[in-house]
Amino acid sequence: MKVSLVVNGAPREVEGGPLRRLLDVLREDLALTGTKEGCGEGECGACTVLIDGEPVNSCLVPLAQAAGREVRTVEALASGELLTDLQEALVRCGGTQCGICTPGIAVCATAALAREPGADRLRLRELLAGNLCRCTGYQLVIDAVAEVVARRADATDAGAAPPLPARTAPTAPGQAGPGVGSRGAAP
Amino acid sequence: MSGATPTRTPAPAWLRPATLADALAARAAHPDWLVVAGGTDVMVGSTRRPEPPGVLDLFGLAELSAITEGPDGLCVGAGATYAALLRHPTVRDRFPCLHEAAREVGALQIQARGTLGGNVQTSSPVGDTLPPLLALDAEVEVASAARGPRRVPYAAWITSYRKTALATDELLVAVHLPWPAPGTRQRWRKVGTRKAQAISKVMLAATARLEGDGPGRPGTIAHARVALGAVADRPVRLPTVEALLVGASPDPALAERVREAVRAAITPITDVRSTADYRREVAANLVARFVLDLAAPALPGADPGAGGAP
Amino acid sequence: MIGLGERVGASPPRVDGAAKVTGAARYVDDLQPPGCLVGRTVRSRVAHGVLRALERDPGFDWSDVTFVTAADVPGRNVVTLIEDDQPVLVPVGGTIRHHDEAVALVAAPTKEKAEAARAAVRLVVDPLPAIFTLDDALRAEVKLHGQDNVFKRFEVTRGDDVERALAACDVVVEGVYETGAQEQMYIEPQGMLAAWEGDTCHVTGSLQCPYYVHKALKVTLGLPAERVVITQAVTGGGFGGKEEYPSMIGAHAALLARAAGRPVKVVYERDEDVAATTKRHPSRVRHRLGLAKDGRMLAADVDVLFDGGAYATLTQVVLSRGVLHAAGPYRIPTVRIVGRALATNHPPHGAFRGFGAPQTTFAYERQTAKAARALGMDPVALRRLNLYRDGDVTATGQTLRGSVAAHPTLDRVVAQLEQPPPAGRRTLPQAPHVKRGRGVATYFHGSGFTGSGEERLKGQATVAVAADGVLEVRAGSTDMGQGATTTFAQIAATALDVHVSQVRVAQPSTDKVPDSGPTVASRTCMIVGGLVDQAARAVRSKLEAFAAEVGLAADDPARGDLPALARRWAAARGELAETHTYRPPAGIRWDDQTYRGDAYPVFGWAACAVDVAVDTDTWEVVVERCVHAVDVGKAINPTIVQGQIDGGTVQALGWALWESVQYREGKVLNDRMTNCIIPTAIEAPELETLLVEEPYAHGPFGAKGVGEIPMDGPGAAVASAVEDALGVAMDELPLLPEVVHRRVRAGRAGGAA
Repeated sequence: MKVSLVVNGAPREVEGGPLRRLLDVLREDLALTGTKEGCGEGECGACTVLIDGEPVNSCLVPLAQAAGREVRTVEALASGELLTDLQEALVRCGGTQCGICTPGIAVCATAALAREPGADRLRLRELLAGNLCRCTGYQLVIDAVAEVVARRADATDAGAAPPLPARTAPTAPGQAGPGVGSRGAAP
Repeated sequence: MSGATPTRTPAPAWLRPATLADALAARAAHPDWLVVAGGTDVMVGSTRRPEPPGVLDLFGLAELSAITEGPDGLCVGAGATYAALLRHPTVRDRFPCLHEAAREVGALQIQARGTLGGNVQTSSPVGDTLPPLLALDAEVEVASAARGPRRVPYAAWITSYRKTALATDELLVAVHLPWPAPGTRQRWRKVGTRKAQAISKVMLAATARLEGDGPGRPGTIAHARVALGAVADRPVRLPTVEALLVGASPDPALAERVREAVRAAITPITDVRSTADYRREVAANLVARFVLDLAAPALPGADPGAGGAP
Repeated sequence: MIGLGERVGASPPRVDGAAKVTGAARYVDDLQPPGCLVGRTVRSRVAHGVLRALERDPGFDWSDVTFVTAADVPGRNVVTLIEDDQPVLVPVGGTIRHHDEAVALVAAPTKEKAEAARAAVRLVVDPLPAIFTLDDALRAEVKLHGQDNVFKRFEVTRGDDVERALAACDVVVEGVYETGAQEQMYIEPQGMLAAWEGDTCHVTGSLQCPYYVHKALKVTLGLPAERVVITQAVTGGGFGGKEEYPSMIGAHAALLARAAGRPVKVVYERDEDVAATTKRHPSRVRHRLGLAKDGRMLAADVDVLFDGGAYATLTQVVLSRGVLHAAGPYRIPTVRIVGRALATNHPPHGAFRGFGAPQTTFAYERQTAKAARALGMDPVALRRLNLYRDGDVTATGQTLRGSVAAHPTLDRVVAQLEQPPPAGRRTLPQAPHVKRGRGVATYFHGSGFTGSGEERLKGQATVAVAADGVLEVRAGSTDMGQGATTTFAQIAATALDVHVSQVRVAQPSTDKVPDSGPTVASRTCMIVGGLVDQAARAVRSKLEAFAAEVGLAADDPARGDLPALARRWAAARGELAETHTYRPPAGIRWDDQTYRGDAYPVFGWAACAVDVAVDTDTWEVVVERCVHAVDVGKAINPTIVQGQIDGGTVQALGWALWESVQYREGKVLNDRMTNCIIPTAIEAPELETLLVEEPYAHGPFGAKGVGEIPMDGPGAAVASAVEDALGVAMDELPLLPEVVHRRVRAGRAGGAA
C-alpha cells in the first residue's frame, strides 16, 4: 500500500505492506538512519521517534498506522547545524558514549521534558526507563537532562523566551563513519 | 546469481474502520484477520511470522478510546492507551491499583501505544493490568454485528491459557469498573525481573474495605478481593483467602493465616523468569503485607508498599 | 595554542559527540552500498553432534540466494586466534560443538528472503553426549579437549608450602564462590559488511580490533596481508564482546560476498547475538585464607575453575588474568593459585570487561569480608592492615615500584561515606521488613597486557602531517564508545600545543593505520596514548626545525602555529609520518614458564562501598548508595574517565543483581532483551564516582588503564552488603531475588547466622 505521512516536517509517500515496521521505512526508504535498532521488540528504545509528539518505539509501529501522522526523528531535533540545548548538554556532560542509544534518549527526553518540565532526577530516571544504555551507567545522561531542566526553569523564571541559546555544533574532525567521508580539521 | 526480485506474498489487506459498527461488520466478514490496536504485542517478531490475510486496525477509533464516567462506574474503552489511563484523574483517584499497573506496565514508549484492551485481549498470565481487573470486579463488554453487545465478568473472561470468551465475530469494546465503595483500600504490587520495563514474576492487586475502624481500632474487613498474576495460567482471584479476610480484623495473626492460605491456594511454575518456590512465597508475603498494612491508617492512593514505584 | 579547557586534564566535549546526538554517526547497519545483499547464518540446533548432511528444501526458490558452506572456504577453515580450533563453518562430517554454531550461510536481496532461505536448510545431525557443568567436564567421561577437558592450567606460588602455612594460622576462612555467564549486551548488535574489489576483500564493521580480524581473514581467505582491508565503522559498544567474534562474522560476510559477487552485510538480530556470541566465563573459585589473630593475612590457597565453552578462543588469556589477580591487593607471604579452564558444550565464553579478574575478585573480597567477621574486626581496618604499599611484593614476586594507590582509594571512599548521600536517590521505605547493609571491596587491576605481552606485541602509533596538511593521529586502537578518539586527540593536541579541533584522528583501517595492538586490557590510553604522545612530540620538533629551515625568524609568531607549518610542510614535502613502537620500561621481567615476575607494567587501584536495602517480602535488593574510588594515574579527560567508571560500575551491579544468562542443554534460554535483562536508569543508583590520580611514570601524563577495573569489585561489595543486611552468606552471583530467598531459607534451616 501507499502511505502518506509527514516526516520531519516534509510530506512523504512511501510504499510497503501495512505491517511493515515504521523503523524499516525510516531507515531503508527515507535514509533516516539516525533511528537505530537494538532489539526489535520495544525493549531498548534505540528506535524511539515522536508520532504527533508522543515517543514511541518505531519497531512496533506498523506503517499503516503512521498514515497521516507527523513523525519526528533524531535528525530533526536540531535545526541545521544547531544542536538543541538538550543535545548540547548530552555531549558536554558525557551523556553519550558509543552513541547507539543516544538518538532514542535524545528523542524520548525531548518529549518527556516538554510534558514534565519540572521532573526531578528520580522522575527523569523513570521517564527514560524505556531507553537502555550500556555505556554510561545513566549517571551523566541524567546529569545532562537534569541540567536542562534547571536551565530552562531559570530561563522561565527570568522571563526569557528561549531557554538556552543553541550553539553551533562542534565540528568533529575525528572519525566519521564510512559514507560520511572524513571531515577535514577546522583551520 | 540472478538479481531477480524475491518472491513476495501479496501484502495483506488493511482496514481502518471509522465507526464501531463498521469495525464489527469487518470483523464478521473477516474472522481470520489480525486485529491490531497499539501493536506493542502483535508487532513483536512480526518480521519472522507469515503475514495475515488482512489487518483490522482499531487504534484510535474514537468509540473505543473514550474513558467515561457513569452512575455505576467507569467505562474504559478497549482502545484507551495506558497513557490515557495515567492522565485520567478519576482512574488515579478511584482506581489507583489500575493507575499504578498502567504506570509500571512499560516505559513512556509502551504507555503511548499499549492499550487496556490489548492486555485484556492477549490475556497473558503476566498481563500487568489484569489482576487489578479481578480485584475491581470488572466486566468486559464485547460486541458483534449479529448479536449486539454482551458483558462478561472479568473473572469468567479467560477460558484457558491465553484464550478468552471472545467469539470469532466479536470485538472487545470496553472494560466496566464499578465504583468502589468509599473507603476501599487498594494495593498494587508488581515484582518483576527488574524495577522498570520488566515482565512480571508475581503481581498482587487487592482491595479491602474496613468497617468499624477508628483511631487505635482497626475494625473488621467488610469486603476483600485478592488477585494474583504470574502464578497460574491466567490471573487468579483467591476466594479462600478472601473468605478468611471478610469478617476478620487485620492483625498479625490473620496475616499469618492468610500467608498459609495463599501458599495452599496457588501452584505456580518455574520458568525463565522465576521459580515456583519464589513465586509462592513472595505471593504469600505480599498478601500478608497487605493485611498487616490494613491495620495501619489508610493512606491516599494505592500505597505500593516497599519497593513500589519510584 | 591549545586552550586550558582542552588540555590533558580538562574535559572538552567528545569529538564524535555532535554526530552521535544528531544521528549522523554511521554504524555498520547504516551502510547500504548499492546491490548489497542480506546475509544470514544457518546454525546448529544441538550442542554436540556430528553434522551428517545439509539439506536444502528443493521446493524453495533458491534462484536469488547465495548459499555457502565450509566447502567454499578458500583458505583454512579456522578462526585464527590462539589455538586454531574453531571452524568458520562446521563442515559436513565435522563436529558441532555448541548450540547455535555456524554451519552454513545464505545471502539474498531482502531480509525476508534471507530469513526464509535460512529456514529452508535442514541439518542432519547425529547427536553426541555433551557436557554442561564444570563437574562433568572434570569427570571427563566425555572428552572434548585432550584427555582431561582442561584447555589451560596456570599455577602461581609464593613462599612456603601453603598447607603448612595455613596450618600455622590462627584463623582459616574457607569458601566456594560461583558466578554466572554475563552477556555484554552492547546496544548495537554485531555486524560486518564485506565487499570485494577485484581480488581484494574490504570488510567494514562493528569491532574492537581491526588487526585481529585482519589476521583471521588472511587465513580464512588464503590472501596476503595487503589484499585484506579491515575498517572499523562507528561501533555501538563492545565491552570485550567485539574483541574476537567479529573475525567470525567478518569471515562469513567475506565468504558470502565472494560467492555472490556483490557486497553482503551480516548484521545479527538480538536473539542471534545473545545465543551465539561470547559471554563472561562462568566460574567456581575455592578459596582458603589464613590469618593471624591480629588480622595479618598469612596464606592463601586459591583454586580457580572457568567454563571455557566449546572452543579455546581467548579463554587461556582470560584465565591468566583471573589467576594473576586471585590473591588480591594484599601482602600475603604464602600463596598458591591454581587455575584451570575447562571445555564444555556451551558457546565459547570470551572477553568481557575485567577479563577474568571480576570472578577471582569476587572470591577474594568475599573472603576478606568473612575474615573480618571471623576476627571480629572492622572490614576497613582489616584491609588497611593488609593492603599493598609501594615496595611490597605480589604473589608472582613482582615488587611494586610506584603508583600504588590501594590506601588512597580506600581513604577516599571512607571519607565520602561521611558525607550525606546524594539527593534524588532511590530508596526503600524505612520498615521492619526492609533490611539494610553495607559492603566494602578493595581491588586492583593490571594495566596492559600480561607479562611480556606488550613486548611481544610491539604496538605502534603514528602522528602525521597528512597529505592534505592536517595533523592526524593514526592508531589501530578503536573507539567503541569509551572515548579513545577524543583521548588521542587531546593527548596529541596537548603535545603539539594546538586546538583539539586541529587534530584529526583517522578512522581505524588496516590500510591506513599501524597495528597498535588490540583495543583491550586497559591498554589503549596508557600504552597507545603514550605512543601518540611521543609521536606527536616528534612531529612537533620536526615542524619546528622545518620552520627554522624555511627561514622563519625565532620570534616569528608563525613558528608557533603548528597547523600552518603542517600545511606548509605538506605543500612543500608531502606527508610527514612519525611512527613510534612500544618499548617496555627497563627492568620489567616476566617468565611465562614459571609464571613469576612482573605480571603487569603497573596496576590501577580501587575501592568501592555499597549500601543496599533488601525487601524481605520479595528479596529484591535496591542499591541505595554506591561510592567508588578508582585510581587512573591521570585522567586525560575526567568526564570521559568518569563515564568509563560509571558504566563499568553499573555493569558490575548488573552482574551482581540482575544479569543472568540461563542455559538449558547448552542453549541460551533467555536470548532477548526482555528476558536477558540489564539495568535501566531506575535500577542504576546515583553514583558517587571519585577519581584518584597516582601517576604512572611511564604512562602519558601519568595515565594508567581505566576501562576494566570498575567492573572488578562492586559485585563483592554488593554480596557483602546483602550478607550484612540478612546475616546469611551470599557466595554466588547474580543475587537474583530467587537466589537470596533460597540462601536465606537454607541459612535458616542450617541454623547459620
